Amino acid sequence: MSTANSPPLTQHPFLRGMAEEHIARLNQVTRYIAVPAKYRLFDEGGTADRCWLIEAGQVALDLHVPGDGPVIIETLGRGDVVGWSWLFPPFEWLLGGVTMQPTQAFELDGRAVRAMCEADSVLGHELTRRMVTVVVRRLQATRIRLLDVYGRPGAPG
Amino acid sequence: MTKSMVPSRYRVTARHPETRDTVTLAMEPMDEPIGTCQPGQFTMLYVFGVGEVPISVSGIGTGTLAQTVRVVGAVTRALHAAGPGQVIGVRGPYGTDWGVQSATGRDVVVVAGGIGLAPLRPVLHAALAAQESYGRIVLLAGARSAADLIFVREFDVWRRRGADVDIAIDPPARGWHGHVGFVSQLIDRAVFDPANATAFVCGPEIMMRVSAKALIERGIAARDIRLSLERDMRCGVATCGHCQLGPLLVCRDGPIVTYELAAPLLAVKEL
Repeated sequence: MSTANSPPLTQHPFLRGMAEEHIARLNQVTRYIAVPAKYRLFDEGGTADRCWLIEAGQVALDLHVPGDGPVIIETLGRGDVVGWSWLFPPFEWLLGGVTMQPTQAFELDGRAVRAMCEADSVLGHELTRRMVTVVVRRLQATRIRLLDVYGRPGAPG
Repeated sequence: MTKSMVPSRYRVTARHPETRDTVTLAMEPMDEPIGTCQPGQFTMLYVFGVGEVPISVSGIGTGTLAQTVRVVGAVTRALHAAGPGQVIGVRGPYGTDWGVQSATGRDVVVVAGGIGLAPLRPVLHAALAAQESYGRIVLLAGARSAADLIFVREFDVWRRRGADVDIAIDPPARGWHGHVGFVSQLIDRAVFDPANATAFVCGPEIMMRVSAKALIERGIAARDIRLSLERDMRCGVATCGHCQLGPLLVCRDGPIVTYELAAPLLAVKEL
């Protein structure tokens, strides 16, 4: 892992439109990283103390299936947030995260961000609202995947 | 019977299996050929003695046709089994087209789900053939699994010719190095200018609705999103009424319509 030249944090879609003073504070506990492909960011069951905002590359969320090894549940890419377990108890990763391509991302210190949110309810509300939006969108996409829309025949014939 | 209802005989010249249940047939005319097909239009394919089905055109050559067929019933099963030399009845082309040229000077965003990539393939061919006339050319395609992807052999060709190609499959997978997730999730990550882009969307209706909403959230106007509707088209000439969708007869007024027109109709459960 290396520290890469960082674009402004304000440009990341997850934080777009957030108050500058809040972004400035988040910036204090953020570093910009560049990691190669197959770099494991976190392991299922580990302490969730970080979060990543992807600038470039691809990250797979996986789950260890006994006898089958890690199975990819979902992949995330440019503009996505990786990890929300750091925000909610028990602060433990439910899935693993590994890069599938060389990846550049903002890495936020989850504990420090949580402390900021506790101390500043406006920041806490704003960050939680944005994170819940991410969760809702992923939930909606997962529900659609459950429908198996491609498996259903269209018009008869 | 009007002339447009009489099929011309075409001979299958090649059969390209795409997946376990989908095949692309290349055909050439034996009689007077049907009119020139535009990307997005469909023909009625007649398997003599079995029946007739509407199938979108997936490749347009000089006098030749390529049509991609997925097995969903008796006629498509017979088409799937057709090999070189078999004679198929073809009439058409019917319906509205994608209007690819109207995207001149703009980014072209193609969003395909499953076999929905078939009618979009001519859009990619047309845009890539006149790349200097368009901005970015982006293909976002989704499928049930890697084994269900069609035109796989062409993805790298399209990439080499300058298209951004991203593919997503639905189920968790081992040994797959693309995206895992629903195709609409690729829309957020794709690089294009929403204020100056035209989107072409085809796939299962749910997939089109979800994708259109994601495109609108990215900033593309509803009038700049085009969908290919699917209904039970039988006559192809706006006579029988089987393909009615509210005020539209899809065989005549579609299959290609803007999301601006389709959105209120797709929201009516009875339609």
